[in-house]
Amino acid sequence: MNTLRKLEILADAAKYDASCASSGAAKKDSSKGQGIGSTGGTGICHSYTPDGRCISLLKVLLTNVCLYDCHYCINRRSSNVRRALFTPEEVVDLTISFYKRNYIEGLFLSSGIVRSADYTMELVVRVAKLLRKEHHFKGYIHLKTIPEASPELIIEAGKYADRLSINIELPRHESLQKLAPEKSLVRTRDAMQTINSKISETIQARKEMRKVNSRAKRPSFATGQSTQMIVGADGSNDSDFLKRSEDMYGNFKMRRVYYSAFSPIPEPSVVLPLKAPPLVREHRLYQADWLLRFYQFKVGELTTEAEPNLDLDIDPKLSWALRNRDLFPLDINTAQLEMLYRIPGLGVRNAQRIVRVRSYHRVGLEDLIKLRVNLKKTMPFMICSDHNPAKLELSSEALRLKFAPPPEQMELDFSSLVPMLEADTKEDLKAKEAQQKMTAIAGKEARHGEF
Amino acid sequence: MKTVVIEPTYEAWRDAARELLGEMVEPRNVIWQARLPRDAGEELLDFSEEVTRPSANRCHGFKVSREFMQLAKTVGSHRSGRQWSLMYEVLWAMTYGNDKTLLRRATDTRVRTLEKMRGMVSRDIHKMRAFVRFREVMAEDQNGEAREHYVAWFEPDHRIVRLNAPFFRKRFGGMNFSILTPDECMHWNGVKIRYSEGVSKDYAPEEDELEDLWRGYYRSIFNPARLKIKMMQSEMPKKYWKNLPEAEIIEELIRDSSDQVNRMMKEENRELKQRPNNKYLDHLDDLNRNDIEE
Ligand code: SF4
Repeated sequence: MNTLRKLEILADAAKYDASCASSGAAKKDSSKGQGIGSTGGTGICHSYTPDGRCISLLKVLLTNVCLYDCHYCINRRSSNVRRALFTPEEVVDLTISFYKRNYIEGLFLSSGIVRSADYTMELVVRVAKLLRKEHHFKGYIHLKTIPEASPELIIEAGKYADRLSINIELPRHESLQKLAPEKSLVRTRDAMQTINSKISETIQARKEMRKVNSRAKRPSFATGQSTQMIVGADGSNDSDFLKRSEDMYGNFKMRRVYYSAFSPIPEPSVVLPLKAPPLVREHRLYQADWLLRFYQFKVGELTTEAEPNLDLDIDPKLSWALRNRDLFPLDINTAQLEMLYRIPGLGVRNAQRIVRVRSYHRVGLEDLIKLRVNLKKTMPFMICSDHNPAKLELSSEALRLKFAPPPEQMELDFSSLVPMLEADTKEDLKAKEAQQKMTAIAGKEARHGEF
Repeated sequence: MKTVVIEPTYEAWRDAARELLGEMVEPRNVIWQARLPRDAGEELLDFSEEVTRPSANRCHGFKVSREFMQLAKTVGSHRSGRQWSLMYEVLWAMTYGNDKTLLRRATDTRVRTLEKMRGMVSRDIHKMRAFVRFREVMAEDQNGEAREHYVAWFEPDHRIVRLNAPFFRKRFGGMNFSILTPDECMHWNGVKIRYSEGVSKDYAPEEDELEDLWRGYYRSIFNPARLKIKMMQSEMPKKYWKNLPEAEIIEELIRDSSDQVNRMMKEENRELKQRPNNKYLDHLDDLNRNDIEE
């Protein structure tokens, strides 16, 4: 099989991993003239495919042969997909050739499991080691880690990689048992813990060395880990997902939890027949995730026992505000910053700007227009120098209708492909605006979220 | 009224602005004009070394915040030329006007315009880093030996080649390359950056044998079940497509996507296959049993 054919098979097999992040690495570069590559700035998307996703890394599998039988995965042993296998040298070659032409800024390597977890992990580590040691490659390396691999191998992987990841796949133990019988939540969390403690340990060690001005070689280790969950493949509700995310951010300091709407794959399994969830659900989860990380919301505020799922029609912040109408309208000239974060339509950055501007003069509508605040969304919830909505001038129900899109846009399943595409692009535009606002704040990896 | 003619660079503006400040020339009495870089004099032409002009010699003791310098440096690359007078106005207000916090007032019209321009230049810088595509050519070194050289063609919106040069030098340190643009070209030989006059696209190589592999990758990493064309276009506007080898197949991918999805939707479910005989899987079974007991 020639390289092109292998690449097609092994890239195709890798595309269901949502992550393409290439930021957050330690600063390094090749200006000394040996090798190529640099990391440490904001991530660069070198291209976009028509599915709206960014290409920043060469994302491939070493092989799509796999012993496991995860039913949502095209590579599981029960699928009849064509199989291919790269040698570590082939992957190294491709990475360097693509990098030199500025197609990519790094490699994201994962693999189906052949023979055993350790055997596979060794091959994956070999690629990274060749790149770093033989080719002095300073670009970004993201390695997918196999939880069952021995901790020594995982730690070796971390020495060469900028990022490690293990996909938790599904939020609950029962779902994992059913859909990925070989995997285990316990082992996955253990491996995440191994990575997390090594990351903190390395940061600590480097700090100490800096303090005493040591000139010895500083230990290097991946600077972050991330994970992914598949949405819509099992019966878990949004609250299950968000609680698992809270676990991931809280206990393992994940840089990022990715949500990937279960997407039709060729070779569907009898255990998991093909039925795609609305893509907008994935989008709402990203928004909620954003609120957890940057807006100081708690899972219990975004979903409730009575409503364990996010509202698909309106964003989770608006939805929260409508459930808490009595807190509004807030006076933006006096309210605390943390409360400004909670006003629908007002992002973190603009909230901070308002706080700055109001120390010079009282903020009015004109200022908000200049800051390009979404007034339509914001006005019912705030008071400023020249605006004061009659308290409860609109009921929550009326407001909800005002912001919720007409119902037909929401039929986003694959049985009606055409309306889906339309609605999806509208959703995109919103996500896009969102992105522009959000990149600036926590930016770097922003792909979703606008409020 | 005073007309000041400068090269369209931040450094030239800074030198002139210092002088004007020293002479207390009010912003409303200055007309700023940019000279085209081609007329700027010999030193800009043909493979000149990186020149830093002596600039501190006419310092009149004005203290300007680092924040402003950074803003001015970036905005100085804006192609419109509208920035020069605005920058001087703001500089005047911050010095003679004693308005030290001006830059922090995001609602001031002048600051907003400058910030907007900064946004445009920054975006352009970022897009250049993303969309430059190198093509390999074989060159000869002094000893007549063949060595790799990479050449890219790019058409930036603003005059950003020099602002971006350090990035490319750091990223491709061990590689010889040239980036050609209509304004100015940058060359790196592993030791030193050199600049030369802008050229036309004809000077750039037309293909690279790796491009088929790259397009193959682009095709396979695309998920036809999630078409989001607008999202792609807002991040990768059509104006860049002509210089991106992968863009050739975008139309085709979009056209074929619904067929591909329909085919997927019609696929039969696959039955489970027998678990192969494998020691490692036996071992996993044991582990999983223990998990549950825990
Ligand atoms: S382990 Fe599971 S998810 Fe990973 S490649 Fe194998 S079947 Fe797919």
